[in-house]
Amino acid sequence: MRIALLAFAIGAAVACVAPPPAAPADDTATVTIDNFAFAPQELTVKAGTTVTWINRDDIPHTVTAVDRSFKSNALDTDESYSFTFSTAGEYGYFCSLHPHMTGTIVVEGVIGATR
Amino acid sequence: MTTHHDGDGTTRRKVLECMTWAGTGLLWTVSGGVPRSLGLVDQAMAEEPRGFTFLQISDSHIGFDKPANPNAKGTLEEAIDLIKGLPTKPSFMIHTGDITHLSRPSEFDDADTIIARAGLDVRYVPGEHDILDPDGRLYRERYGREAKGDGWYSFDAGGVHFIGLVNVKNLKAGGMGSFGEDQLKWLADDLKDRTASTPVVLFAHVPLWAIYETWGWGTDDGARALELVKRFGSVTVLNGHIHQVMQKVEGSIAFHTARSTAFPQPAPGAAPSPGPMKVAEDRLRSMLGVASVTVRRGGQRLAIIDTPLRG
Repeated sequence: MRIALLAFAIGAAVACVAPPPAAPADDTATVTIDNFAFAPQELTVKAGTTVTWINRDDIPHTVTAVDRSFKSNALDTDESYSFTFSTAGEYGYFCSLHPHMTGTIVVEGVIGATR
Repeated sequence: MTTHHDGDGTTRRKVLECMTWAGTGLLWTVSGGVPRSLGLVDQAMAEEPRGFTFLQISDSHIGFDKPANPNAKGTLEEAIDLIKGLPTKPSFMIHTGDITHLSRPSEFDDADTIIARAGLDVRYVPGEHDILDPDGRLYRERYGREAKGDGWYSFDAGGVHFIGLVNVKNLKAGGMGSFGEDQLKWLADDLKDRTASTPVVLFAHVPLWAIYETWGWGTDDGARALELVKRFGSVTVLNGHIHQVMQKVEGSIAFHTARSTAFPQPAPGAAPSPGPMKVAEDRLRSMLGVASVTVRRGGQRLAIIDTPLRG
């Protein structure tokens, strides 16, 4: 019983540890969807950044990774979708309803961060 | 690019102007095995069609409530009222997709209720707006229970072989509409034992021909589908998606896109995007136009007359 409690306490402590301090406070970025286009079309962020896409068109769109590693539901007007990029790399994405709409998120590694 | 036919002396400018009008539905008649559009329903009512007829409506976008038309239900109801008023009842109706705006069950319910008032058997193909729920299950359960694959099928009516295709699923980044290998294989099988004299009508949501690649108005592997039908003497390809009338003829194949019942979209390249085009309220109604299309055997040009109704 005592061991179980101890294990629980350690687990809770680990869960409470904050994410690596490498990510700065402004670890968010926004991509807007206007006129069937992602803007900016290419966006560079640090690892750990949460990117939010906002659809400002009168037509629904999606945000879908080419490799399907992330995918939003259909976003109606003024709806948004967020995804946190924890791993460095280049992420191509598109609107699965209007696939001529494409964009790229370039995620740069953070010094000291591990992949 | 698109070839606009102006057999009646209409200028290109006039044709482009005409293409932006919203409409109601198209009435088709098959005479001597050749599908021939009688134009939008008001004109068709005057023409007293003979023989086998069917109707096409498209892009009803039930659920759409933005400024371009806050009442998409109302304009679909108007289209259905016009259809109900036809002196000759069509054999059935096809809906070339975007029944709903957001694939919500209530939107499908509303569309079904309104369209049922026409009292016609309706055959559907999905638009990209109809399969927004996971796996497009709602569409398949309502309209595609007997269909193959992602919802494609064929049937015979009035001596014509009809083929409903799906080109809005599994789209690839940077691409346009797509059929995919499974569907093209099925299409080849479906056609292989049919005689070349059988008239064929292909219908799908996104145009099969590249109308405007910048806006994705085309089907990546559309040419492969057309290759399979080019041996047939009469092929008519009916699409929606672009919310305006466009047509051309290539050999024995006639292409035609239908108007939306919900809102107009700009002519290719005429606006920053293909999104809903807001026009003055009184103009939206006056934009209900007529399009009379005659498809002649032997690869002759389409004769097109686009005329606006009085608003």
